[in-house]
Amino acid sequence: MLYFSIPLGKLVRRVSRLRGGGSALPGLVVEKIDPGFMRRTLSTLPHGVAVVSGTNGKTTTTKMVVELLESQGLKVFTNRTGSNFTRGVAAALLGEVDWRGRLDADVAVLELDEAHAVHFVNSVPPRYSLLLNVLRDQLDRFGEIDKTAQLLQHVAAKTTGTVVLNREDPRVARIADTLTGQEVRYFGLDDSLLSTFPNDDDMRAAPGSPVPSALPAKPPADVVLRRVGPDTADFEYDGVTVTTGMRLRGVYNIFNAAAALSLARSICGGGAATADHATLLTALSQVEPAFGRGESLTVDGQPLDLVLVKNPSGFRLGLKSFPAGGYATMIAINDNYADGRDMSWLWDVDFDSLRNGGVDQLSGSRAYDMALRLQYDEVPVGAVQPDIAPALADFIHEAKGRPKRIFCTYTAMLAIRRELSKITTVEVVS
Amino acid sequence: MTAESTGSGSGSKGTIRVVQLYPRDMNIYGDWGNALVVRQRLKWHGYTPELLEYNVGDEFPEDVDILLGGGGQDSGQLVIQDDLQSRADLLTGLAEDGAPMLLICGLYQLFGKFFKTRSGPVIPGVGILDVETHGTDERLIGNVKVLTEEFGEVLGYENHSGQTTLGSGVRPLGTVAKGTGNNSSDGHEGARYRNIVASYLHGSLLPKNPAISDFLIRTAAERKYGAFIPGTPDDHYAVLAREHAARRPR
Repeated sequence: MLYFSIPLGKLVRRVSRLRGGGSALPGLVVEKIDPGFMRRTLSTLPHGVAVVSGTNGKTTTTKMVVELLESQGLKVFTNRTGSNFTRGVAAALLGEVDWRGRLDADVAVLELDEAHAVHFVNSVPPRYSLLLNVLRDQLDRFGEIDKTAQLLQHVAAKTTGTVVLNREDPRVARIADTLTGQEVRYFGLDDSLLSTFPNDDDMRAAPGSPVPSALPAKPPADVVLRRVGPDTADFEYDGVTVTTGMRLRGVYNIFNAAAALSLARSICGGGAATADHATLLTALSQVEPAFGRGESLTVDGQPLDLVLVKNPSGFRLGLKSFPAGGYATMIAINDNYADGRDMSWLWDVDFDSLRNGGVDQLSGSRAYDMALRLQYDEVPVGAVQPDIAPALADFIHEAKGRPKRIFCTYTAMLAIRRELSKITTVEVVS
Repeated sequence: MTAESTGSGSGSKGTIRVVQLYPRDMNIYGDWGNALVVRQRLKWHGYTPELLEYNVGDEFPEDVDILLGGGGQDSGQLVIQDDLQSRADLLTGLAEDGAPMLLICGLYQLFGKFFKTRSGPVIPGVGILDVETHGTDERLIGNVKVLTEEFGEVLGYENHSGQTTLGSGVRPLGTVAKGTGNNSSDGHEGARYRNIVASYLHGSLLPKNPAISDFLIRTAAERKYGAFIPGTPDDHYAVLAREHAARRPR
């Protein structure tokens, strides 16, 4: 069985690519005929496997960890296309192994969807895990955020070495109490930045209301984000504060840079070499946003920013990180499975910051829900057109000569990129 | 408790005090939207809204005109249960006096007789609604359409594992045309009693169902001022959002 599973899997992969098909089928095939393939292959890696999970920011954070580790001379295997299900990992592996099933890498850094991470870690216990957050955008899939936290806890429990936790997300930080054998490290935020990260439990706090007092003492963090500037950030680790340039934008991405630094330092510290700080920071300063996450494109000689929004915290942060002044604004909300079907969370976002400039164009399957939401926040709305292609064309035409920004859910972003690629060069991730 | 008053008051038809119950612990799935909608529609109808919050340990506000209760995780229900019990008489008094209330999901369950969780413990309710709820392994999630006599088609989104059955002291809000509703057997959604509307529908419920918002506002105005003088809110987008929602798959 083992002798032909890899050639067969590679063949299926080649055929399904020729047909322009999805990336998961070859993974499914190899999983069926050779269930031990993934564990066997990944167990040969000298630095083991690191899993990145959480409800938000997995793709960009994984990309950062990979680039940080590569800056230290490590060969990294990753599931780069964001196919974050188990069979997506198997499919990505098939593309990388040789015909005898050998993987030429030092470490695997894998982005895994919370539910699939549970299956994955049962089969391949990771040496490292990084657990980012538990936000409420996936309630329609898991029912309760407490349930999502349990999934992440299971990932931590199966980790054999180091678990890196978000100190500022209570549901994630609490996972530490349930662990016994693992080393626990945290990434954290300076108190002065906490108010820019409303967590879901504080969602209802009125603007400007104080952070709840009597918080329990926080554990010391391995890496703390101290300050965010327009294109720089201050991180503190090993008792020293360093300033680095950042191409990534959005406070949430930069907070996840602290997470990526902490994981990369753990992985390097766990091997023969220790991390070289200067090269780590240089690599961090050069990380570009992942596919669709805060990308800036150029259309008609004007910048066009795509801001992915998937939940109330993310939308709030997006509005805060990318102020509306001077920009034409479009919002595209779809409610396909990958976006989450439940759009109730739009009511937990405060759209006051858009009131002055208004919103030029609304689109997506839930365009009218968005219009209704903005009406209740007294934000003027230009046009509403659920079909994304004509809506985008109108937006670009009407906003000629002005910088543009589009807030969009995941599948709306895919549709917008497809349309934009007809008029501008859009980075293609294969 | 925090209070927020909006509107100049000049030319106002009067003040309406809206109290959100336990927004800190029971606010999941956009329940804030229901509060926003009541506040904004009160303005559009020419009244001055006063939006107040009541959380565990707060002093209960006086002169309550409309009560809004939201959903929560099971853990949120455990946090509020003692405080809620200590307010049972006060809330019963308000309900019997005809105060309009909107109770969604978690607080719908806890305004009933009890919520027997799947793992065993029974969370007592305040017993204002003649309903009982049993936790199940089945999670009911998706878009819902309910046919009602009072409010026409009601649209929303449900996400609950507790299943509620109605006693003879309440009537259902409506009959489910799409989705599940109170439980997976009788085809009923929600409960109606005096001026209480209880429902499993998030969505948020009120934005796309202005008929229910206006029921709460009308009964509050009539109870306080003897009559309701409506304004003319623009429900153009609500109508379009409803048409789209009704077509979305479950």
